[in-house]
Amino acid sequence: MTVPVETGVAGFLARYAALRDRLPGDSTIRDAAAESFRATGLPGRRDEAWKYTDLRGLGAAAFDEPVSVAGDSALLAGVPGIEAPRIVFVDGSYRPELSALPPAFDVESFADTPDFGNLARPDREPLVALNTMLATDGALLSVPENVDGGTVQLVSIATNGSGRPIAFHLRHAIRLARGARLTLLEISVGTGSYFHNPVTEVHVAADAVLTHIRLQDESHTAFHLSTLYAEIAEHGTYDSFALNIGARVARTEVHARLAGPRSVTHLNGAQLLAGQQHADFTTVVRHDAPHGTSRQTVKNVLTGRSRGVFQGRIEVARGAQKTDGYQMNQALLLSPDAEIDTKPELEIFADDVKCSHGATVGELDAEQLFYLRSRGIPDPAAREILVRAFLAEALDAIVHGGARAVLESSVEAWWERQAA
Amino acid sequence: MLQISGLAAAIDGKPILRGVDLTVPSGEVHAIMGPNGSGKSTLAYVLAGRADYAVTAGSVTFDGHDLLTMEPEQRAAAGVFLAFQAPIELPGVGNANFLRTALNAQRRARGETELDAVQFLKLARAETKRLQMPDDMLKRNVNVGFSGGEKKRNEVLQMALLRPKLAILDETDSGLDIDALRIVANGVNDLRGPAFSALVITHHQRLLDYLVPTRVHVLAGGRILRSGGPELAHELEERGYADIVAEAA
Repeated sequence: MTVPVETGVAGFLARYAALRDRLPGDSTIRDAAAESFRATGLPGRRDEAWKYTDLRGLGAAAFDEPVSVAGDSALLAGVPGIEAPRIVFVDGSYRPELSALPPAFDVESFADTPDFGNLARPDREPLVALNTMLATDGALLSVPENVDGGTVQLVSIATNGSGRPIAFHLRHAIRLARGARLTLLEISVGTGSYFHNPVTEVHVAADAVLTHIRLQDESHTAFHLSTLYAEIAEHGTYDSFALNIGARVARTEVHARLAGPRSVTHLNGAQLLAGQQHADFTTVVRHDAPHGTSRQTVKNVLTGRSRGVFQGRIEVARGAQKTDGYQMNQALLLSPDAEIDTKPELEIFADDVKCSHGATVGELDAEQLFYLRSRGIPDPAAREILVRAFLAEALDAIVHGGARAVLESSVEAWWERQAA
Repeated sequence: MLQISGLAAAIDGKPILRGVDLTVPSGEVHAIMGPNGSGKSTLAYVLAGRADYAVTAGSVTFDGHDLLTMEPEQRAAAGVFLAFQAPIELPGVGNANFLRTALNAQRRARGETELDAVQFLKLARAETKRLQMPDDMLKRNVNVGFSGGEKKRNEVLQMALLRPKLAILDETDSGLDIDALRIVANGVNDLRGPAFSALVITHHQRLLDYLVPTRVHVLAGGRILRSGGPELAHELEERGYADIVAEAA
C-alpha cells in the first residue's frame, strides 16, 4: 500500500506532525521552529537572501522518510577519503559499524544527545527552521582544552535505498575548547534523488584552530542546502574551504562571527558546475571584536548552462577596530550559456579598518592563451592548462596535504567527466 | 629562411607597419633598431601570430610556408620562437610542466617521440645550469614572482629547450645587468649555426657587442629605412635616429 506523500512545505509539516512525539530533544524548540517554517515556507526569490537561487523544484518535490538500511561496508567503496578516523552517516543516520572514531576526544550522536546549540537562527533562516523541526541525527564533536584532535572525516552517504526521493536534516556541532586543534574533512556524496539539509554549529574557543575542508559531490539530481554557524573567540581560527561539484541545486551558507579580539576566519571555496547545475555560496562574516582577520576567495568554473552565485557580506561592528577583511570572487565562464551572479556587501561601523572586496568574471586571459600557443601548445590544451591553473590556485589555500589530495582527485574526476 | 614583403599591419584600425621588406637568410642574425613606437614589437607579434593585429597587406614566408595563414602553435612547431618583451605570468602553472608540455606538443606536431618526465628534467637541468639559473626556477610558477631579469632568462631557457629555427627576441636585453646580458647573448650564440637565424629587436648597441649581428636594420614609422652591417649599430648609438628619419621624410 502506498500512502500519498504531500509535497513541499505541507509535506514537511505533515512529517513533523506525525513524528513530533518520537523526535529527540526539546520539543519547545522544535515547535517554535515549526511555527517559523509554517509562517515563512521555503524561501522564495522575493527574499533578498534567495534572490538568485530558486527552490521551486524543491517545493514541488515529495520526499519519503529514509528507510533504515544495514551499514554495508560496500557503501564506503568509492567514497573519497583518507586514512583517518571517520564518522559515517547513511541516509541521515549515524552508522557506528562503518565509523572509526577518533582516539583523542569524544564523539556523540545528536540522536543520543540532542543539542540544538545557541547559534542557529531558525527564526531567520527557513531551511534552518526546517532542519530544527525534523533533525534526527548528527555528530557532536568536542575537543578538550589543549588537545590536538588530529584529522577526522565526517561522511554523509545517500543511498536511494527505497528508490524514492528522501530528505534528511543532519544536525552537527563542533566544539573546540581553549587551545584545541582539529582538522575536519567533511564529505557529502550519494546516488539518486534526495534532499540533504545539514545545519552545523561551530564553536572555536580562545587559541583553538579548526580547519574545515568540505567536499560536496552529491548526486546530480540532489538538493544540498547547508547552513553553518561559527563563533570564534580570542585568537582562535576557523579556517575553511568548500569544494562544490555535485548536486542539482546547492547552497553553502556560512555565518561566521569573529567574537574575540585577533580571531581569524578563512571562508574559501571553489565551485565547478556543468550542465544544469546551480550552486550558491553565501557568507556573512561579522566582525565584533578588534584586530580580527577574515579572508575569502571563492572561485567558480562554469560550463554548459550552469549557474553560480556568490553572496558575500562583511559586517564590522562599531568596536571592531583594526579589522582586516578581504573578499574575492572569481568566475570563469566557459560557455556562453553559463551565468554567475555575484553580490559583495560591506557594512562598516568602525572607522579604522581595512576591508576590500573584488570580483572578476570572464573568459580566459587572451595574453596568457597566446603565450601558451606561441610555445606550440594547441588551443584546446592551452585552455585546459589555464582552467586547471585557476583551480589549482584555489586549492592552494588548503594546507592539509591529504585533504587537498582528496579535493584534487575530485577536480580531476570532474575534468574527465567534462572530456567524456 | 624568413622573407617579409610589403608587410602592413594595424591594431584597432590604426596602421602600425606600413610596408616592411626584410629577408633573413639561414644562419644569420639580424638586428632591428629604431625609435619607440616605430613598430618593432608589432612586427614581432605579427610574426608569432597574435590575433589582435590585423595584417592588411604583404606576405611572410618562412621555410617555404605561408606563415600568415598558420596558427600560433603551428608557427611554433615549424620553428618560430618569440621571446616576449614582457613575459606573461601564469599563476598555477609550474614552469617545468609548462616547458615539457610545450616541448612535447612541438615534438608531437613534428611527428617526433615525446620526452618522459625524467628525460625532460635531465635536459632542463642541463640548460638551467648553462644559463646560470637556479634549479628552483623550474619548480616555480611560470614567471610568477620572477624579477625582470629572471623573466628574460626564462625566455632564453624556453628558447634553448625548444631549439627554434628562427628566434625573435623582443628587447630581451632591456632591464638586464651586464652579466645577465652576456648570459642571454651566449644563449643565442650557442644556437647559432647554418640552420638557425634570429631577429634581435633592441634599443641598445650593447647587446650587439656580445651578439654580433650579420645585418642591422632601422625600423621607423612602420618601414625599414636603412640597413647595414654591424657598424650601423655603432653609428646609431652615436648619432641617434633623427638624421635617418629626417632623410627618409
